[in-house]
Amino acid sequence: MSAFYLSALQLALCLGPMALGIYISMKVFNIPDITTDGSYTLGAVVTAILLTGHWPLYAILPVCILSGALAGICTGLIHTKLKIDALLAGILVMTGLYSINLILLGRSNVPLINLPGIFSISIFSNDTYNQLLVAVIIVLILSVLLRYVLKTDFGIAMRATGNNPVMTQSLGINNDRIKILGLALANGLTALSGFLVAQYQNFTDVNMGIGIVITGLGSVLIADALREWLQVRHIGLQIALVLAGSIIFQAVLACTLALGIDPNLLKFVTAVFVLLIVAIPRISRALQKKE
Amino acid sequence: MIALDHISKIFNKGMQNEVIALQDISLQIQEGEFVVMIGSNGSGKTTLLNCIAGAIKPSSGSIVINGNKVNALPEYKRSQWVARVFQNPNNGTAPDLSILDNFRLAALRTQHKGLRIGTHARFKKEVAEKVATLGMGLENKLSQNMGNLSGGQRQALTLLMSVMDETHILLLDEPTAALDPKSAALILNLAEKLNRDLRMITLLVTHNIKDAHRYGNRIIQMQEGKIKRDLSKKEKEALTVAGMYDWFG
Repeated sequence: MSAFYLSALQLALCLGPMALGIYISMKVFNIPDITTDGSYTLGAVVTAILLTGHWPLYAILPVCILSGALAGICTGLIHTKLKIDALLAGILVMTGLYSINLILLGRSNVPLINLPGIFSISIFSNDTYNQLLVAVIIVLILSVLLRYVLKTDFGIAMRATGNNPVMTQSLGINNDRIKILGLALANGLTALSGFLVAQYQNFTDVNMGIGIVITGLGSVLIADALREWLQVRHIGLQIALVLAGSIIFQAVLACTLALGIDPNLLKFVTAVFVLLIVAIPRISRALQKKE
Repeated sequence: MIALDHISKIFNKGMQNEVIALQDISLQIQEGEFVVMIGSNGSGKTTLLNCIAGAIKPSSGSIVINGNKVNALPEYKRSQWVARVFQNPNNGTAPDLSILDNFRLAALRTQHKGLRIGTHARFKKEVAEKVATLGMGLENKLSQNMGNLSGGQRQALTLLMSVMDETHILLLDEPTAALDPKSAALILNLAEKLNRDLRMITLLVTHNIKDAHRYGNRIIQMQEGKIKRDLSKKEKEALTVAGMYDWFG
């Protein structure tokens, strides 16, 4: 596989936690959370500040995840306590985070070249392989942890809250609290993607999160289409499908670029691709009904 | 024990579309009683059930459950005493979760839902034994999603789920309204058995006069937000179905 496609694969893995975060908010909780754009950048901004401040990685990682979780808690509180629509709550937090990210970073772009990051290992002679190995290990650990959480009593409560809040309320579950915790988890994962991508691309840009939610959404929608097609119910496999969705999404974008399409059109291509993922199954179902 | 003291509920108070759903209801229900509530549409039966469950707050009056004034407690906190079976079979279970996962949540109704996996072999066996008592053959399909089951199966499982954890009060809000006669009989016989075995307060709302006549040891007729009749077991036994139809003139 060429370095170009390996690099796309690595980016897909780095964006995997974000896709899993969107899976939690959108599929588990049925909440359209677009805090993502802000919490992803926040993760990258915190990484840049702490890496340039020579903090050790083991300290940067939890701070990063916590920062994203905090953004999720804000969205959750606005949604549940002020009874504001989840979409609007996400937009408000995302908008606010843009200024906060800019203030925290101090300028619009911070390079992270020559700083010891999470991808600075040398097992293979080829750097791309080293980076890929790190990304795979992180995503694997994360998947195992997430699968465990979703299988626990707390995880069942989370899944049930998104599925039937009337029932969970009558079974002693504080729906508001569990939604806040779920959004914290989702945005913590998103910030982890910010942490990884900042180090993968060796810079943090305050605009790097704009529209990133579409990428995550596309991954989850691909996973959803595959899940329906393959009749997958197992949680571990659903998580794997989300990651596969992220890889397929980046592969399509890489192929688009390889075909020589203007990179300025990439966001447009992304939007059209997501539209197709959403529309094709619906059109196909409508045609089947007609037959 | 449930004690309702001068409960009133007014929806949209002071507005043009104001509705007085409950008017000065006072009522005591003792442990082990199986109370059947009947009344025309809009008579306040479901509103009263919702007030007890905590789904809606009364405009005035107090609700005491087992000696605790619960007016300020939200529904999820009242669930430590109260279990519910809804009119719509879809409301009582999570369709995308397996039967086992649904039962796990029900088993933890009064407990902390922590980061441990509770759907282990022992729990599965316990659930299978309980589900087998229904005679529906579902004990071998515990990993199947609830959404794949019929309304009657879901309602029967919801009823079993309601007694997975300690239950003092069981609220049945027209649980058989969407079911065929066979499933309806199964649900009500099961409710009667659970009431007898577990000595919990059971409150059944129904529009079916025959069921109201057959089940329960106390009957309450609601009309325009008030209790019109409240008959004891002895008085209920003297009733006839035809006579009860006459209540609705």
